[in-house]
Amino acid sequence: MTILQDATKTKDHQKSPPKSTPLLLVIAGAIIVVALTYVLPPFRNYQLATIGAYFCVTAGLTVLTGLNGQLSLGHGALMATGAYTLALWQNKFDLLLPGIALAVLVTTVVGGIIGLAAARLRGPYLAGLTLAVAVVVPSITSTFDKTFNSDQGLSVALDPPPGVIPVEQWQAWLCWAGALLTVLVLAYLVRGRFGRDLRAVRDDETAAKLAGVGVARTQVMAFVVSAACAGLAGALFAVLAQSVSPGAFPLTLSLFLLMAIVIGGLGRLTGALIGAVLLVALPSVAQSIAEDAGSQHLEGNLALTFFGVVLVLVMLAAPGGLAALKFPRRSRRQKG
Amino acid sequence: MRRTATVLAALLLAAGCSNGNSTSSGGSGNTPGVTDNSILIGTHQPLTGPAAAGYSEIAPATKAYFDYVNANGGIYGRKITYKIMDDGYNPANTQQVVRQLVLQDKVFAILNGLGTPTHTGVLDFLKTNRVPDLFVASGSRTWNQPGKYPGTFGFNPDYTIEGKILAAYVKQTYAGKKVCFLGQDDDFGRDSLAGVEKVLGTVAAKQTYVVTNPNVGPQMGAFKAAACDVVILASIPGFTALSIGTAAKIGFKPQFVVSNVGSDPSTLTKTLGAAAPLLEGVVAANYLPLDTDESNPWIQLYKKVNSQYNGNAAFDNNVVYGMSVGYLFVQALQGAGKDLTRDKLTAAVQKGGFTGPGLVPTRFSAQDHSGYAGEQITKLTGGKATYLGTPYTTDDADGAVTAYSGAAATPPQNGIPTAQ
Repeated sequence: MTILQDATKTKDHQKSPPKSTPLLLVIAGAIIVVALTYVLPPFRNYQLATIGAYFCVTAGLTVLTGLNGQLSLGHGALMATGAYTLALWQNKFDLLLPGIALAVLVTTVVGGIIGLAAARLRGPYLAGLTLAVAVVVPSITSTFDKTFNSDQGLSVALDPPPGVIPVEQWQAWLCWAGALLTVLVLAYLVRGRFGRDLRAVRDDETAAKLAGVGVARTQVMAFVVSAACAGLAGALFAVLAQSVSPGAFPLTLSLFLLMAIVIGGLGRLTGALIGAVLLVALPSVAQSIAEDAGSQHLEGNLALTFFGVVLVLVMLAAPGGLAALKFPRRSRRQKG
Repeated sequence: MRRTATVLAALLLAAGCSNGNSTSSGGSGNTPGVTDNSILIGTHQPLTGPAAAGYSEIAPATKAYFDYVNANGGIYGRKITYKIMDDGYNPANTQQVVRQLVLQDKVFAILNGLGTPTHTGVLDFLKTNRVPDLFVASGSRTWNQPGKYPGTFGFNPDYTIEGKILAAYVKQTYAGKKVCFLGQDDDFGRDSLAGVEKVLGTVAAKQTYVVTNPNVGPQMGAFKAAACDVVILASIPGFTALSIGTAAKIGFKPQFVVSNVGSDPSTLTKTLGAAAPLLEGVVAANYLPLDTDESNPWIQLYKKVNSQYNGNAAFDNNVVYGMSVGYLFVQALQGAGKDLTRDKLTAAVQKGGFTGPGLVPTRFSAQDHSGYAGEQITKLTGGKATYLGTPYTTDDADGAVTAYSGAAATPPQNGIPTAQ
């Protein structure tokens, strides 16, 4: 019922619905997460933390791809940059928060460099460039194996959480603090002039240029912002896994991220959240199905199939993604 | 917003329901995973992904041995449930599945978690939760740190021990020849090289490979240019086959000496296909009975279990390995006694003194958590490995490589170890 009401409310004008402010939503989100961490058993808290870490990168990616129209297949590599930065820092200095900040900074710089090249490319060429970035990670780690320790990767030195807080709860707090901060910054960014520029460049570059929007600059900025989010997510994953290795950031991760934001709803932060939940929930569901079916070898592969099927179904039923889902909608029939 | 919240709530609910049923298997009493008639243990294995070839057969074989034990009454009336989780040889997945096993399924212990990079990441987690971490399937020296990881124990002879034994054979048999070394670019290759160089001194040429780059052309070219007579490989099966094949392609015919983990003849023969005759004369090492040795009582036992409880899977050294892991774990359970706790289990392993399928004893003690103490050299002839000479034992420091003369144990009548 609520869905119907909501749908009719936003039907007449999509661009300026009377939204509640992002700050209030984020505070509400923080309260819910903290409350959840006290109720959930440890393993669920770990999954919640993983959702938070995924949320950072999907939020950034959906701004880049959904609002600015740039396709990136290289966000897994950007996460790896953040993760390795944190690992190298932690093993030397063991100061978590400055390490995460540094990871974001380094990934931002790397994102800036890729963004400069990406701003000159369109469509499949852009996808090709970012794909190359994702593929090159294992080669870099094995070429400079003295630093990155090749396929084996690095372990991450971590202090136990302060006081008597369980590790999983602490991880959930840390990841969601990062995620909510990311969302807050992104929500305010895309509401203002920057967000308008992003959409203008996405919809028509020539028109945007005529209106005085710096096309290349906007595209580079979008990539930088999105890279910073990926760097944060990478650092959080390094904390969660207590290790980094090329195997944790394969090409399929980048593809999964893209699928997640498309299924969730491209260009919407709520879609990014749904995507992050799916990234954790679908493999887990797939695994329990495989277990019930009694096939050990199915487990690793079923998640892929699952994602594919869900993607196809969502695109058929709700082309705007799950976040744009409107149940029995009359206006669509009339139009079509 | 509300619409999204509804979708999210539905998703969370779905995710919650899917796993809700598995928590019920938690233990009664104080020990997680143990009830009066059951023991729940778990493992992480590469059932899919780059390391699945060969290695994916190990855990089902272990499970088959447990099923055999269960069918014969279990251990002190308790039946063993072995929960196998696939991590695809990806450390990030290992984190996830091991947390699920420990926190959600509440397993009593983790057994035979496979892989150096994968298992390294969960050591601290298992230590914090005081979960016994028995018989890790890898020869890394990381598992042998009783002070730092009191609950972790290895299974394989560590790669340094193996390197020393292979090098001692090379030194004796191919005296004065030029020896070169190709190793995996991680602890495996590095530990092995350390062992080889302890015995032989600096090798003439050394190269590394990474699993993600299936091309060893440059490495073999460098060895050919250096005119190596003997090439020692610290490689997984796929790269053993690749190295031997590549060398033959460029007309380079050294004597290959291969690490145990990369030398299973059936896996290599399958990988090389028509080029399998190149395997003739390859030297390797092992510490368990060989799959082709029909007269060995252990192999007879394992074949029986394999046909009854493992769906008559292809019988190779991976199956032998998996069942030997199961046998050793049952021995540890017997040692821990009827009143089973986690501390009693680790104490029983530390007490050591297990006699089983291994050609050499295990090294378990309060100061040493590494697995088997040595290996025996094998040679491949006609697609079959056979043992040469006697087994050797050594340590991973500067100790000498010495022949081991202890007699091999025979399995008990019913194939199930009793308390010692």
